[in-house]
Amino acid sequence: MVTNDLFNSLYVFILAAFIGFEVIRKVSPLLHTPLMSLTNALDAIAVVGAIILAGERKSTLALVLGTIAIVAATSNIVGGFIITDRMLKMFKSSRTQKP
Amino acid sequence: MIPQTHLIEVTYIIAVVLFILSLKWLSSPATARHGVWAGEAGMLLAIIGTLLYNGIVDYKWIAIALVLGAIIGVPLGNVQMTAVPQRTALSHAFGALCVTLVGTAEYYLRTPNVPPFVMSVLSLEVILGGLTFTGSLMAAGKLQEMLPQRPITYKGQNFVNLGMLGIAIALAVMLVRNPGNTHLYPIMVSISLIFGIMMIVPIGGADMPTVISLLNSYAGLSAAAMGFVLNSKLLIVAGSLDGASGFILSVNMSKAMNRSFTNVLFGAFGQVQTAVAGAVEQRNVRSATPEEAAAILSAANKVVIVPGYGMAVAQAQHKVRELYDALTKRGIDVKFGIHPVAGRMPGHMNVLLAEADIPYDKLLDMDEINGELPQTDVALVIGANDVTNPAARTDPSSPIYGMPILDVDKARTVMVIKRSMSPGFAGIDNPLYYLDNTLMLFGDAKQFVNSIVRELTGGGGGH
Repeated sequence: MVTNDLFNSLYVFILAAFIGFEVIRKVSPLLHTPLMSLTNALDAIAVVGAIILAGERKSTLALVLGTIAIVAATSNIVGGFIITDRMLKMFKSSRTQKP
Repeated sequence: MIPQTHLIEVTYIIAVVLFILSLKWLSSPATARHGVWAGEAGMLLAIIGTLLYNGIVDYKWIAIALVLGAIIGVPLGNVQMTAVPQRTALSHAFGALCVTLVGTAEYYLRTPNVPPFVMSVLSLEVILGGLTFTGSLMAAGKLQEMLPQRPITYKGQNFVNLGMLGIAIALAVMLVRNPGNTHLYPIMVSISLIFGIMMIVPIGGADMPTVISLLNSYAGLSAAAMGFVLNSKLLIVAGSLDGASGFILSVNMSKAMNRSFTNVLFGAFGQVQTAVAGAVEQRNVRSATPEEAAAILSAANKVVIVPGYGMAVAQAQHKVRELYDALTKRGIDVKFGIHPVAGRMPGHMNVLLAEADIPYDKLLDMDEINGELPQTDVALVIGANDVTNPAARTDPSSPIYGMPILDVDKARTVMVIKRSMSPGFAGIDNPLYYLDNTLMLFGDAKQFVNSIVRELTGGGGGH
């Protein structure tokens, strides 16, 4: 059972890594800073693990660490999406810029 | 019971699809903002799905933490564009903190019944998370100039650092063999936290683009490891996307500096330079005034501006935009040549110039602009140094030999705005400044560009 999970996870990891390489290779160097802030915001999906930890309340330690972890991840989600959108809004081509 | 867990899985699957689309749409500036919306939607869906989980007995602390995180996140999302590198480093630290804390809580909940494989990935998760947390805090401190930006090196540094990493890994192996050894766990985490600090101590500002990318990759990999521990496919996907992105950027940055990862992390660039900087001899330099610079620029047909970190420090990007406008109005073709490691993080210059409303189709990367530089009348270098150093092409004894550079020396005239003749951040002398076709424009980047703009827009018609 446990080894089954392990192999499933490895399949997912390898496929996701390949998709990541293929998709991200196509991102223009122009947008490398927004790319980093966006992937950082997406990475904060770790918040779901922290929510379960804090919510299940299996021990006081788990509650405390889980709560701090939610704060850290949520600040990345909120801050990361805001700044990525702010940066992308600034990128205009010379054709669309005139009005 | 079963339909509910299925529902949660469905929200996760949709979130995964939205995350991948999000990055796919980021490939072009035209669709990039859809990418942010897709990411936000996926995130919201996954969080709502998680909150439905019936194992949650208490929502109070979750709610408080979500609100508190949002309160901290809003100002972090609204920092000035010049502060983006340190904000990014700080967000890597927060991401890594979250992963390390969750890993630690999981360890203490499950010990001593942790299967060897889970203990291995859990160790990987907290070692990577721990060193990324403190390392990113150090990087943010250096970028914010709260800590000295100069690389700090000492004898036996690499030995100490590798030794610490070795001990952390040895402790991890012991924990895998006997997960009940709870006293070893805090030692392992502490060592990885200290290692993160020591790893960044010898890193100088010019290496920051590579280091930030590397920390980005570590943060992603530690989140993916957390996905293995929690058996969460969603986390594995998000973590490996982030890890892949950081890895690609690290490889790009290392290539652009002609160095390997190990060289950046263990290279102590600083030691080589002092020796080279000592060998500088007096040579002739030609300088010019803003009036002369304006006259040369207005006689040109094609101008390429090369910005560097100095432009960011002087906050000169808005003045550069005025210069761009003044020249464009006269029918002069103006483009920007951007080196991959210009600035303090990948894409740093593009963001600053876009903020100043310069159209992105005028921002060309190194390979594109190098094809145009031989037909360029004037190359204007603003606050960039090593990335224009022709010694990288010609002088095998130079510490940056082999690094791909912007070939500004091939332009008919090169003008370099610089405070003084002192060598740049890396401390390497730049033969570009002594070439016959080079004019040095001494002064603060912002003020000098301002003076040129005033000349061009008719402020000094007398000359």
